[in-house]
Amino acid sequence: MILRQAWRMLARDWRAGELGVLAAALAVAVASVTSVAFFADRVSRALVRDAHQLLGADLVLVSDHPWSPAIAEEIPRRGLAAARAMSFVSMVFAGESSHLAGVKAVSENYPLRGRLRIAPAPGAPDAPAEGGPRRGTVWIEERLVSALDAPVGSRLRLGEATFEVAAVLTLEPERGANFFNIAPRLFMHIEDVASTGLIRTGSRVWYTLYAAGPRAQVDAFEAWARQRLERGQRVDNLESGRPEVRAAIERAERFLGLTALLAAILAGVAISLATRRFVERHLDGCAVMRCLGATQRRLLALYGTEFVLLGAIAAAVGCLAGVAAQGAIAAALAEMLRAELPPPAALPAVQGFLVGLVLLLGFALPPLVQLKNVPALRVMRREAGRPKGGALAVYGAGLAALAGLLFWQAGDAKLGAIVVLGFGAAVAAFTAIAWALLRLLASGAVARRVAALAAMRSGPAASALRYGLANLRRHARANAAQVASLALGLTVLLLLTFTRNDLVDAWRRSAPPDAPNRFVIGVQPDQLEAVKRHFAEHGIGAPEFYPMVRGRLVAVNGRPVSESDFEGERARRLVEREFNLSYVERLPSHNAIAAGRWFAPSSPGHPRELSVEEGIAKTLGWQLGDELTFRVGADAFSARITSLRRLRWDSMKVNFFVIAPPALLAEFPASHIAAFRIEPGGEKALDALVARFPNVTVVDVAAAVRQAQAVVDQVIVAVQVVFLFALGAGLLVLYSALAATEDERRREAALMRVCGASRAQVTGIQRVEFLAMGLLAGLLATGGAAAIGQLLARRVFELDLPPSPWLLVAGPLAGLALLAFNAWISARKVLAAAPAATLRDSV
Amino acid sequence: MDATQTIAKTRTLLRARGIGKTVKSGAEDLVILRDISLDVSAGEAVAIVGASGSGKSTLLAILAGLDTPTAGTVELDGADLFALDEDARAVLRGRAIGFVFQSFQLLPALTALENVMLPLELAGRGDAEREARAMLARVGLAARLGHYPKHLSGGEQQRVALARAFVVRPKLLLADEPTGSLDTESGATVIELLFELNRGYGTTLVMVTHDEALASRCARIVRLAAGRIVG
Repeated sequence: MILRQAWRMLARDWRAGELGVLAAALAVAVASVTSVAFFADRVSRALVRDAHQLLGADLVLVSDHPWSPAIAEEIPRRGLAAARAMSFVSMVFAGESSHLAGVKAVSENYPLRGRLRIAPAPGAPDAPAEGGPRRGTVWIEERLVSALDAPVGSRLRLGEATFEVAAVLTLEPERGANFFNIAPRLFMHIEDVASTGLIRTGSRVWYTLYAAGPRAQVDAFEAWARQRLERGQRVDNLESGRPEVRAAIERAERFLGLTALLAAILAGVAISLATRRFVERHLDGCAVMRCLGATQRRLLALYGTEFVLLGAIAAAVGCLAGVAAQGAIAAALAEMLRAELPPPAALPAVQGFLVGLVLLLGFALPPLVQLKNVPALRVMRREAGRPKGGALAVYGAGLAALAGLLFWQAGDAKLGAIVVLGFGAAVAAFTAIAWALLRLLASGAVARRVAALAAMRSGPAASALRYGLANLRRHARANAAQVASLALGLTVLLLLTFTRNDLVDAWRRSAPPDAPNRFVIGVQPDQLEAVKRHFAEHGIGAPEFYPMVRGRLVAVNGRPVSESDFEGERARRLVEREFNLSYVERLPSHNAIAAGRWFAPSSPGHPRELSVEEGIAKTLGWQLGDELTFRVGADAFSARITSLRRLRWDSMKVNFFVIAPPALLAEFPASHIAAFRIEPGGEKALDALVARFPNVTVVDVAAAVRQAQAVVDQVIVAVQVVFLFALGAGLLVLYSALAATEDERRREAALMRVCGASRAQVTGIQRVEFLAMGLLAGLLATGGAAAIGQLLARRVFELDLPPSPWLLVAGPLAGLALLAFNAWISARKVLAAAPAATLRDSV
Repeated sequence: MDATQTIAKTRTLLRARGIGKTVKSGAEDLVILRDISLDVSAGEAVAIVGASGSGKSTLLAILAGLDTPTAGTVELDGADLFALDEDARAVLRGRAIGFVFQSFQLLPALTALENVMLPLELAGRGDAEREARAMLARVGLAARLGHYPKHLSGGEQQRVALARAFVVRPKLLLADEPTGSLDTESGATVIELLFELNRGYGTTLVMVTHDEALASRCARIVRLAAGRIVG
């Protein structure tokens, strides 16, 4: 019975236009949360798959000895696609020249995910290849072409067999960021390996199995295979592969998560404002219902049910909008994701729905509960039973509900905490500052001075100023709440327009179009000056060369280390390999200190200090103050970690996990490495470089750069879609904040007109009030947006972001313009109705 | 007049004993009502008259259980109003009392029909709509069912309020200056209707007014001055 009556009340209130803003706010919140949840779910699944293309398969098994048939045959037996590869290093000969090559022999269907890219000649446009090389042919990298002078069509010898060079290899997706360690690549057919006679007992060969297929089957096979791994065998994962792509994707997910959260909180504020208005407009009705025999419980049940019904409907609409929006996002990302997306799952819709209900209950219930406390006496004495309860308590309940939801979802606790706490602090600060300033503006010395000024000049403007300021003071509390709400809405709009652009720009800059696209490695100390001159002569610029010393980690805090000391596979592989150590005096510009301090400038003697990348420190469990011992050749050195660095992996610049002060490493044999950019057509200069310094290698990373940029660009498009929701929520907040006091202002204006105020006076007074509030809200919002923007940039997105000067101008102006517009609209409304009608309605 | 009617007439429906109401106004106590005792028999029509500030509206609010007295008791149909809690009083009001206010107190979001249906719906009556339609026809508003209060004249709004008050067939109708917001002509129409319905349903009427002509249509007049019954 309650349900039926609540349903009828819902229909009636809806018809009367009492619920529009509430429903819209709720739908927007649910839509934004749902679409982002869908994005996170569908797209990140697709991105993982995309990343699998970088692995060449869904699952990669690597072994230092041949795989047993039991495991190799299990892959096709489980209905998965299978491919094989062998990798080893060998000398390649072409005529008189020879060069060390990293040989990879693959089965025909390699790779199972993604494509190799090949070109008919160095520098010629490349295209994706179908599978790997045919039997009797090889594909070689550009630098091998120039080192061996072996163009397409020539023949080269590998062990006891000769092969035709069929193509220039331009991109091997599987090859991650660790290209320094590997000799130039040569691809051949796996069945040709035997004919070379190169593989003998004791040869250093990696045997790789690739598997691909439906997720569940791959997972099942992975679990099965992991239990059967022998020593020297491992399952490869993504993490170590492409840190620059992962960085872009993680940042995108943060952007999206943050935006959705913002939209949800804003919607909460709009809900709370709209509910307060609903409550104020229903006080009389509730008093009448109390009079007609409704108990408190009954009233609460009725209105509670009405709101839950409304919430369910609005949340359902929001879910549908979220589904539509994620469709749009998927379309925007179609190119990046290439293959079809996994179908949307039901979970995001459920999450969105829950968020909607939590928002509604958190933000709407506290004001709604006041309805039940309305005394029936209000039907006879209107002043009885004004609702009490501060905005803080209401927001507090809502934010607590939201925070609970966030932690329950366990998405990103840090981000959630920053946003929720920051938001709560902003509400409190905005309200307090607005209240204090309004009191100051309209009280004491200021008011007297204004009054004196006004008295000197009579006329409508002067009296408008006087009354307007008096109104500000009289309503300081309500006005402060309104200014705070307006400032919140404006803050978000400013954040979304200015700061968003800045953030997106800064993000783009992190993988800029002029990012380096080549690395030069292996430059010997005595060649350094000549190589730099070569660069200058050919107009390539003056890239920064970093010395590189290769060392193996042998002990941590005096305890010898071995692979088996570490849990994670990534950790094991890091320890197993040689580290590239570098030494510099000053912190490289694309690095930032995350903990500890950078080396003291030119300390005397041998400062035993190390600066370590924070990610690898975390992986390997290193702390500030730990002592690491590296062996370089026959010597070893030890030093303590004195700083952790944060790197910009997507900068495509030269990055080192471990850096030492020059004095510590300068004695060890080093080669030099630099990253630089070469425009298309400039490759000739590189050929000349390699011809002049045969031991120097140039690595083309253009394809990797393009890939990282494409990811960033397309993810930004997706982010814009979600921004629209937050924008909508911000507008709803502004609207409901303005509507909050409309009824009262109308009544007051009508009373003033009854007392003989002219239209000009009434409008003038409102204008003064509104403009003062607008300016205040604009100023608060500017400060808020600048502060939050900085916080987000530094703490969450790890970008350097100076606040935009435009923000400082636009914020206050936006506040003024908004309230001026509102004053105009409001004046039209107030003056359109005859005072008697307004007063009769409000009796 | 047969025997049962005589018995019904003499039964006391509303009994007030020693009602006092004092409120704090600054440092001083302001006495609004003092020691008021009043019996209203079932079916009787009583007018409470007095100047502005004489306490008549406060007395009405206390008789309705909307306000609480600082002294005294009120019994409605044998139930001690202030021994009940506010919710129980609400239930009793819903069952036994109809209200007509000076300011109509219609819900602006509800149509005329829905306003009249409201007390029936609150009582969980399934026949709310049928009853409400019939009652609106009875007050001459059959053609205005779907109109919102703001589209009705003051007289029409008060007739909707009358329909809402009588639709639950209350034992007691409390009216607070029912013509106070109306012009003479529509005020007269509303009053005719009120007394007609009152007679038709045998409702007990307690009406607060400062209009002597209106008061004189009631069988009994209670005069208040400075919070006391003076005649």
